[in-house]
Amino acid sequence: MAKTPLQFRHNGRDVALFVDGGTNLLVVLREMLGDVTPKFGCGQGGCGACTVLIDGEAHLSCLTLAEAVEGRAVETLDGIKTGPNLHPLQRAFAEGFAAQCGYCTPGMLMAAKALLDRNPQPSREQVVEAISGNICRCTGYEPIINAVLAAASSRASA
Amino acid sequence: MPVTVKTFQALSEAASALSSDRAARYLGGGTLVMRDLNEGDVSIATVVRATDRALQGIDAAGARVRVGAGVTFARVLAERDLAFLHPAARSIGGPAVRNMGTVGGNLFAPAPFGDFTVALLALDGMVSLQGGFGLRDVPLEEFLQSRDRHAGALVVAVSCIRPASADAFRYRKIARIKPKGGSVITLAAHLPQSGGRVTGARIALGSMAPTAIRAKAAERALEGRPLDASAIGAAAGAAGEGTAPTDNSLASAWYRREVVGVHLRRLLSGQES
Repeated sequence: MAKTPLQFRHNGRDVALFVDGGTNLLVVLREMLGDVTPKFGCGQGGCGACTVLIDGEAHLSCLTLAEAVEGRAVETLDGIKTGPNLHPLQRAFAEGFAAQCGYCTPGMLMAAKALLDRNPQPSREQVVEAISGNICRCTGYEPIINAVLAAASSRASA
Repeated sequence: MPVTVKTFQALSEAASALSSDRAARYLGGGTLVMRDLNEGDVSIATVVRATDRALQGIDAAGARVRVGAGVTFARVLAERDLAFLHPAARSIGGPAVRNMGTVGGNLFAPAPFGDFTVALLALDGMVSLQGGFGLRDVPLEEFLQSRDRHAGALVVAVSCIRPASADAFRYRKIARIKPKGGSVITLAAHLPQSGGRVTGARIALGSMAPTAIRAKAAERALEGRPLDASAIGAAAGAAGEGTAPTDNSLASAWYRREVVGVHLRRLLSGQES
């Protein structure tokens, strides 16, 4: 079966490749581009571990047809730090012990980034809503919610 | 296994591709079809997509609102004129699912999903279908009863009536995980009143049958009566009639039948769930 050409922007860099029909974006990112920050969890849209931003909005890469990102901007956890400096969310997660096994962390961070990018000072309720599609089996969510709020505070006071 | 992806600009071409290939599935937001592909569903050989802007249209100006099948739940939530549909849109998934899932796709979501369709069914929903026969409108209730027979047609848009007042339309999703999660039961009720009496009540239930259904016995119990404790009690007692829930990990069929009347009573009484 013929492969389909695909071009999109990956963490600020233009990429071009050929994909099999029906390939999902998560496979393209992990297996073709070597960006293993988005994780495969359920493959059904239930866990949020594969969350990436497409044109700034949170999407589930495992349920995104690769062809659907033609010409669009895809941002993953791999692209959110600036040089050697971690993103404020990454720092807050590390300092607030918001990661235990770490498997959900990339998806949590991207869901939280989607929130803070459009709402820099969210309420606790808004943070809970923003990460409601992301499952964590370790932390009980409280350290994650607190870390997102801490990141928002640190950016406001910076 | 790789599949053939066909993308069309024109709805008629996409509908033709869909109707001419039994192994073709239409892909909207991806939350249903990509899930099946990820699970290795070999019955899908072709994925059909359409880019026609008509799929993204929202016309909320009149007494009936029309929403393109490709409109996502996030867009519904961003549309002030669709405020009466916000509780239903908000009850679906997390933000990422709402950025992807579409109004048209929700018509095909199996129980315990498809909550938005429950709201549309209570609001006299209609489905606009593009097929080899051209464009035609089908009542949502009829569409759901014969959903498999419409597999070769393309859903272009859905429409529903705008409730006369905020209080005339009520929606509630009973879920074990809040704010997201599959539905134990989803309820929607449109309760127009004239002279203090209910006229033309429509009550829809989700997760009480393979597709969203109307609770017609409960509707009859309200018809022509004031929305008082007596009428609500009669409707609650009839809520389970005609339902056919199944067991799943969220609740057993027995439990759903036992509590559907309780939740309908609370919905109609304005009580918290």
